[in-house]
Amino acid sequence: MAEMNNNAVKAGPGEPLLKVEDLEVVYTSRQEVVQAVNHINFEVRRGETLGIVGETGAGKTTTAYSIMRILPDRTAKILNGKIIYEGEDLLTLPENVMRNTIRGEKIAIIFQDPMSALNPIMRIGDQIAEALKYHNKEDLTPEQISEKVDQTLELVGIQKGRRYDYPHQLSGGMKQRVVIAIALVCEPELIIADEPTTALDVTIQAQVLAMIDELRETLGTALILITHDLGIVAQMCDNVAIMYAGEIIENGTVEDIYSGKMQHPYTTGLFGSLPDLEKKTDRLSPIDGLMPDPTDLPKGCKFNPRCPRCMDICREQTPPEIVDGTHRVACHLYAGMGQAAKAAEQVKEEA
Amino acid sequence: MGEPLLTVKNLKKYFPTKAGMLHAVDDVTFTIDEGKTLGVVGESGCGKSTLGKTILRLIEPTAGEVILDGVRINELSKSQLKKARLNMQMIFQDPYSSLDPRMSVAELIADPLIVNRVMSGKKQIEAKVDELMDTVGLASRLRDAYPHELDGGRRQRIGVARALALDPKFIVCDEPVSALDVSIQAQILNILMDLKDQKGLTYIFITHDLSVVKHISDDIAVMYLGKCVEKAPSEVLFAEPKHPYTRALLAAIPVPKVEKRHSRPQIIRGEVGNPIEPKPGCRFAARCDQCSERCLGRDIPLIETSPGHFVSCTLYEDQ
Repeated sequence: MAEMNNNAVKAGPGEPLLKVEDLEVVYTSRQEVVQAVNHINFEVRRGETLGIVGETGAGKTTTAYSIMRILPDRTAKILNGKIIYEGEDLLTLPENVMRNTIRGEKIAIIFQDPMSALNPIMRIGDQIAEALKYHNKEDLTPEQISEKVDQTLELVGIQKGRRYDYPHQLSGGMKQRVVIAIALVCEPELIIADEPTTALDVTIQAQVLAMIDELRETLGTALILITHDLGIVAQMCDNVAIMYAGEIIENGTVEDIYSGKMQHPYTTGLFGSLPDLEKKTDRLSPIDGLMPDPTDLPKGCKFNPRCPRCMDICREQTPPEIVDGTHRVACHLYAGMGQAAKAAEQVKEEA
Repeated sequence: MGEPLLTVKNLKKYFPTKAGMLHAVDDVTFTIDEGKTLGVVGESGCGKSTLGKTILRLIEPTAGEVILDGVRINELSKSQLKKARLNMQMIFQDPYSSLDPRMSVAELIADPLIVNRVMSGKKQIEAKVDELMDTVGLASRLRDAYPHELDGGRRQRIGVARALALDPKFIVCDEPVSALDVSIQAQILNILMDLKDQKGLTYIFITHDLSVVKHISDDIAVMYLGKCVEKAPSEVLFAEPKHPYTRALLAAIPVPKVEKRHSRPQIIRGEVGNPIEPKPGCRFAARCDQCSERCLGRDIPLIETSPGHFVSCTLYEDQ
């Protein structure tokens, strides 16, 4: 069933729901400028799941916060770019419009740490109702709101009797379910889940992921899933964007990324770092070195100091984006490949 | 094969709480041969960290015996224990909180040498620190850096260097890579495996990450609510998991392969139960879909179903 649905989603109609264009975000302090997100582009269609993968400091959360417009306003600055949601650039909207009609209502976010995302002195039922009361697009009466809270709790697998509990009375997995319930209650069109299961145990993680997947199918919600776990991406996502040092260095469908063809050396390194459950390997082949300092990014390809296949050109020039169907990779290695090259060859032949 | 390096017999650790006795580690028995790695897996609250600390007597056990290299750890006096600790060390989970923020890298690594008075000459200590930093892959320019200047991976390297400083035979690694990014995680795992090969170290490797544990361990023990429910050589455990909990745990790992997409077989319902004053019987019974009356009311023994493969489940009792 799940597979069928995936296919249906992939064929989804034309215009993307969300389109991020050339986004650039920096954090400034008195001494330095941190380049958190550098000119990224991606889109999400209705009902589709996009996985954003990367390590700590890759700019995943900054991207999510930019879409929601909840970046810390004193230090963060969006220098450039557009975030187009249903044809409208969110970055140009006044804050009150953003708050009243977009945030929580059309786009909701699930934060990484359920322990700190909930208000410790408020009953969970009230926390779920809060979002609904604020947005209340259907003019629900208090009784209807209360009923909707019960329904949402049931949807995420919590008995409705527990709506009077405080967060400390719940386990980590249940708290995350409450956070998800808060995100779902207004029936948003897009959910951004920022490492939703990182703080949870594997069996609970499996429960929560299965639930998110099921809800996405029944409600048709689009999902941006931010994670560092390539296993989760393979299970959950239609499309994948791999981020490194604030850039999307490779994106495409899961099949594109996991097939290993025309793979960015960083992506190869990420896979090499994972112990294989089926084969016995003595040594892992991790990526040498560390993420570059975001206040002082290397010239050319940002990955060049750690890249095992680095060439001279990589230290000088920003790599071009090579496109092959749905698969895009920013790497000099594949300069002679992809659609553009094929097309050029064809022109030559014809001539 | 001669005597095992470490023997743990009927080890128990109960914590008194207002609601009653919390059975953190409940009657755990195993042995590890020299140069081997035992992986201990389980979810949070199953008692795996307590097990590690109780073996090293960082926490006093409630009952049971630990014999390391012929020494009965539980019978040692305080000063004898201090000496025994030269042989057994620990690498902690969180490299952010296990290092003194006011000590430099060189001081942190020299610290165990000075505290245990194994070396006194300044030059001698310096040379040893250099050697250790080299072993764990810390650049010598970082000698005078402080922990806050370093990333998690480098901090964990300091943790490894500190554990190695006294040339122990046995190290308990308590989730040493859980706080790290995958690429850094792989670097640390490689260091630990190289050290094992070079120095013949014996590890207990505690983790919740099953793919990591399979990679590094010779044997794996699966814990659930203080009990060891299954123990087997790591290949065998992954090929033929027997306990329903082990099977559920393995099924829950998201596999980074597209072909395995949406193939999640069964997901266990519910959550880990209460470790306070548990009733006799299988602790997993409430979440188990193969639970029968036989599973309740009595303790289920750990039986050897094939050489080296132990399981505590009524499904295998008659074999």
